[in-house]
Amino acid sequence: MPDRGRDCDAVIIGTGPAGATAADVLTGAGWSVIMLEKGRNHLLALDEPFGPLGHVSNDEIKFFSRHFLGPDPFLEPRTFRRDAAEGDRAFTGEVNNLPSTVGGGGFHADGKLPRFRAVDFKARSELGPIDGSDLVDWPVDYDEMEPYYAHAENLVGVAGLAGANPFAEWRSGEYPMPPGADMFGAVLTTEAAQRLGYNPYPAPTGVNSVPYDGRPACNNCGFCGFFGCPIDAKGDPVAPLRNALRTGRCEIRPESFVERVILDNTGRAARGVRYVDIDGNAHEVTARVVIVAGGAWETPRLLLRSEIANSSGLVGRYLMYHFQTYVVGSFPFRLHGHRGRSVTHLHDDHMIVDDDSRAFAKEHGLPYFRAGIVEHGGGGHPIIEGTYSEPGLSHTRAMLESPMRDRLWAFTIQGEDLPQVTNRVDLDPGVRDVHGFPVGRATYDVHAHEVVASRYYAPKLAEIMREAGADTTLSITSPRLDGDRAARTGTSISRHIMGTCRMGDDPRTSVVDRWQRFHDVENMLCTDSSVFPTSTGYGPTLTIVALAIRACRELAGLPPLRSSRQSS
Amino acid sequence: MTPAPELRFLTAHEHRVLEVIADRLIPPFGAHPGGAALGAADYVDRLLGAFTFDPPLIFAGGPFSGRAGGEASFAKFLPLSRHEELAWRTRIEGSAGIAAREINGPTRGWQTIYREGIEKLGADFLDIDDAEQDRRLRDAQELRELFYTHACEGAYGAPEYGGNPDGAGWLAIQFPGDSQPRGYTDEEVRGRA
Repeated sequence: MPDRGRDCDAVIIGTGPAGATAADVLTGAGWSVIMLEKGRNHLLALDEPFGPLGHVSNDEIKFFSRHFLGPDPFLEPRTFRRDAAEGDRAFTGEVNNLPSTVGGGGFHADGKLPRFRAVDFKARSELGPIDGSDLVDWPVDYDEMEPYYAHAENLVGVAGLAGANPFAEWRSGEYPMPPGADMFGAVLTTEAAQRLGYNPYPAPTGVNSVPYDGRPACNNCGFCGFFGCPIDAKGDPVAPLRNALRTGRCEIRPESFVERVILDNTGRAARGVRYVDIDGNAHEVTARVVIVAGGAWETPRLLLRSEIANSSGLVGRYLMYHFQTYVVGSFPFRLHGHRGRSVTHLHDDHMIVDDDSRAFAKEHGLPYFRAGIVEHGGGGHPIIEGTYSEPGLSHTRAMLESPMRDRLWAFTIQGEDLPQVTNRVDLDPGVRDVHGFPVGRATYDVHAHEVVASRYYAPKLAEIMREAGADTTLSITSPRLDGDRAARTGTSISRHIMGTCRMGDDPRTSVVDRWQRFHDVENMLCTDSSVFPTSTGYGPTLTIVALAIRACRELAGLPPLRSSRQSS
Repeated sequence: MTPAPELRFLTAHEHRVLEVIADRLIPPFGAHPGGAALGAADYVDRLLGAFTFDPPLIFAGGPFSGRAGGEASFAKFLPLSRHEELAWRTRIEGSAGIAAREINGPTRGWQTIYREGIEKLGADFLDIDDAEQDRRLRDAQELRELFYTHACEGAYGAPEYGGNPDGAGWLAIQFPGDSQPRGYTDEEVRGRA
């Protein structure tokens, strides 16, 4: 029960995977929570039995053209510049927008949920520093994280195949479900990759391959990544939210925009938060604990607006994305990439440092580099295909023959992006949101590490694509490059955003401690990817969930999870 | 050309002009009937007139269209929140001097861009020869760019938004459209066919 005079035990800002996991753990420990979400609710009914609302559909206009999941860039624009030399901003509009809705980024993700490897937590000590970057070790290691990863996979429901990835770390058990159906294009590219000596494996995916946790198996509808699941076959973050709601101790308040965190008289602890509802009315929620889970863009924006937790000066700094290299191949026959889970296979080979890559790195002034997981996936949907074609007869021919959709297969490298103190989210001095508050602004440029890694691996991926049967290949990056720098207004389109409240033991060089508590505010935690000290080359979501389980169990006084090596 | 539907914003002349432009941007060729036949102008009329419907024709309903089984629910459009209505009215109607619509300055609405863009093409646009139409269209960059995006949405988006009549656009490009709740079997995902 909350202390007398407080509205709840914990107020949670944000309902994506980070907030949903916190709500699940804390309500499970008997806490009462209020979740504040700035976006609308399209995910699940807020009354028993908390079923789907029926708002999700196979509708490219709604999800791609009309900002259905938010944020609408008219109401909540963001700004971007490469550096201060570009002035206050070089671009205003849609910048790294993750859904602003109940369910957050989990809503639209296609649910690729890999674990990190041991070296990802200890890159600084195991691989060494890189000039121009503040590469650090995480204050946790893989062995400590393993039981939380296992718990997260069971919570969300991850389909995968233990032992299929030779680079994977040890696991205490199997995945809760076997992998779903391989996509035809991925069958071609994984066989080609194997012939060339690489090690593709079925992507661990938070999409049911069999009925799980009261939700049905995926039926391969093909409107997966950037949509949402119309039949509830995807567990992140509906599973933890539903768990929390079922306890009767969780209340979700959509369309509630948190203005600021309010500190008590000591200035060392949070009393609660102030938010405005859709009608513009202000409210206050008081709580024993404040959990900040707005994502690595909105979290620093809230803290900077609240002018708290920033004695280190590092709130918003070390903004990291994944440096994405796309290598697409056009095939002489149709691949029907519109059937299935968007991406069904990965390979890790391109983040493994070896003698050849070290030699290439040295030629380019780096000690080493790592790229990231390579996703084997299909093309987009037809409106995107149409707008990417030139108008005129070339449009019609392209749509009939479909080299850029139905005959296209794509590799995407989620390349590790090194932490640089100059890359940051701060408050734009001139652009406002619909509530009248300054919008977030990214100042971001690439490090040579990302560029060199991309240049080394892109030709290898093109070779796999040709081996698989592609006639032509094309390689592009996000952000686009201009020589060795991000192109002017070269906004990254990565939705993997990390590192703006870095986790560490020293309050001078980090914002939160190893339990994700803010050094400056004793009863406030951050459970989102803001806390990541490095970006690694893996999708962040499973690690967000695993870390949130760990931090919230500690917060609630539950014993740490332990596991033992049963298989490797 | 296709008979004009009951128009909600465009005049019959404007609708006809957009059909001509639609076939310049997305010309008929082979099995592809072209932008006009795929309802690009109808789609724009429904978009510019979205607020003459209640709820407005912005976000189609769900989860299923009925085309692949299940109860047809796309046509039951979802109500907008206060902020969504603000955003979409501003996009469509422009800020029109209304302070709430000028969060970061004034916005020229799509209704204005279409109406003025078509007007600039000349009242005689439908009567001049193709070469002269092309010449005038070259000067209408703002209209052309906006309409190209909308024409693609209309031709290849869900029919409930006013374009892509009976899924003709999907049929032309061999895209099966929305597939829920039927989806695809594992064999259809894995196999070559």
